[in-house]
Amino acid sequence: MTSLSQYQFPFCITTHAFNKDKSKLALCPNSNSIHVYNIIDDKYTLEHTLQGHDLLVTSLDWAPETNRIVSCSQDKNAYVWNFDTIQNLWKPTLVHLRINRAATQVRWSSNEQKFAVASGSRSVAVCYFGKDSDWWVSKHIKKPIASTILSICWHPNNVLLACGGTDMKARVFSGFIKGVDEKPAPSVWGERLPFGTLCGEYQSEYGGWVHSVSFSPDGNTLAFASHDSTLSIADPTQNFVTSIKTQQLPYKSMLWIPDGRIVVSGYNDLPGSYTYTQDGWAFTENTKKVSAGRSSVSGSSPIGTKSSAFNMFRNMDSRMATQRNLEEDDIPTEEVNGTIAELKNMAYDSSRFTSCSFDGKITIWSLAA
Amino acid sequence: MAAMCLDNFASQISEKHNVPEIEAYTTPEVILNPLIISRNENEQVLIESSINSVRVSIKIKQADDIERILCHKFTRFLMMRAENFVILRRVPVKGYDISFLVTNFQTESMYKDKLVDFIIQFMEDVDKEISEMKLSLNARARIVAESYLNQVCII
Repeated sequence: MTSLSQYQFPFCITTHAFNKDKSKLALCPNSNSIHVYNIIDDKYTLEHTLQGHDLLVTSLDWAPETNRIVSCSQDKNAYVWNFDTIQNLWKPTLVHLRINRAATQVRWSSNEQKFAVASGSRSVAVCYFGKDSDWWVSKHIKKPIASTILSICWHPNNVLLACGGTDMKARVFSGFIKGVDEKPAPSVWGERLPFGTLCGEYQSEYGGWVHSVSFSPDGNTLAFASHDSTLSIADPTQNFVTSIKTQQLPYKSMLWIPDGRIVVSGYNDLPGSYTYTQDGWAFTENTKKVSAGRSSVSGSSPIGTKSSAFNMFRNMDSRMATQRNLEEDDIPTEEVNGTIAELKNMAYDSSRFTSCSFDGKITIWSLAA
Repeated sequence: MAAMCLDNFASQISEKHNVPEIEAYTTPEVILNPLIISRNENEQVLIESSINSVRVSIKIKQADDIERILCHKFTRFLMMRAENFVILRRVPVKGYDISFLVTNFQTESMYKDKLVDFIIQFMEDVDKEISEMKLSLNARARIVAESYLNQVCII
């Protein structure tokens, strides 16, 4: 895994979304506005600033085929932005969300006919375009969610929806909307799926807020990352959860790549990945550092290089610093140096993904070694 | 370090609010178990963390009355200037001498490693500072007493 290109913005980035062919980027500079950049040869120029939200924009998603942006915010609203080519403007349409707390995450389903908005009102709103009313309307999944939902993920069949939140559980619901969806084929999650059916409820072994959920590419398994620094894989056929402990800080975002790997990232600054082996899931690699000229300052930190056990333990004891943390101190500027807020798949190329981080970096990563 | 893993989390209780959950204490599920690191009963650190904020309170060693006065003056001096100090809380948590409050807004704009380093550095320095002040205070008291008693003797 290597970083292909990176761009440094002068502000903290909390969420981002690329369009289909990676020529445009929407991001939120940790404020109530959305910036849309045009990208030519890795040069980012600000094209539009989308104003509409009152409070922090919490999540963005760009539908690759229909070229629509959906955004949601802590002001309880969501907007669908359509591009008007004649006036060269992004036009917002307010979504009738009917939630009474902050919206936390929004995701288009893969057929782009509907999207789901997670919220702090202990519910998930599944939104679709009501043709009669000419208006984006929503239906709520409420029970048995007990707290804020932090993360959602659509199943590839467009009907099932996974969500996880601060009630420490990851759940799978049916988001079937009559008149919008075709009847789904029976899957491991169930056969008859009217709206709001709870298809599975899982918890990691140690319990912790679920920061991120993701379906496997075939949709038959669910992975979720929680605040107890575990990555858990839930298998609905056996109703069994495997939790993989890690020594790293908790993961905040996660992607299940079509080749079977799970890419994780979060408070650790650099993404890593999990591969399924004979002995179960194993953390295989941390992202390789591109760094040509790392360690020009290596004289100042002898711990990383000479590394006597004594030094290591003394450091762990006195500073709570492990070797890895100290190494990160000399990361060259092109590496990510702050918490990665979000990972996104690239629509046109499944071997790439993008990340945005609190230190203002947008990075495009390649999965190839 | 794990306690510094903070998120932006809007209040679940009142709409359009965003408050440090550890201060509001209204949503029990977003508050983690508090942690006390203690050397002895006079030197303790309390770490209370939640989803979007963490409170670190320090009990500074106070062996005698002079140290108690010095410590009080010193922390008061800092806390009166809390707004310049960004992560300092104006009032310490009950039972502690000084408290820091780190929210997600600070971890977004600063490196969390450096924040941890800063607090540890502060803890290391504050003991040193207070014992130095105590020494200089004693030295000064001795000089004052000497010169005063000298005068007394001459008369």
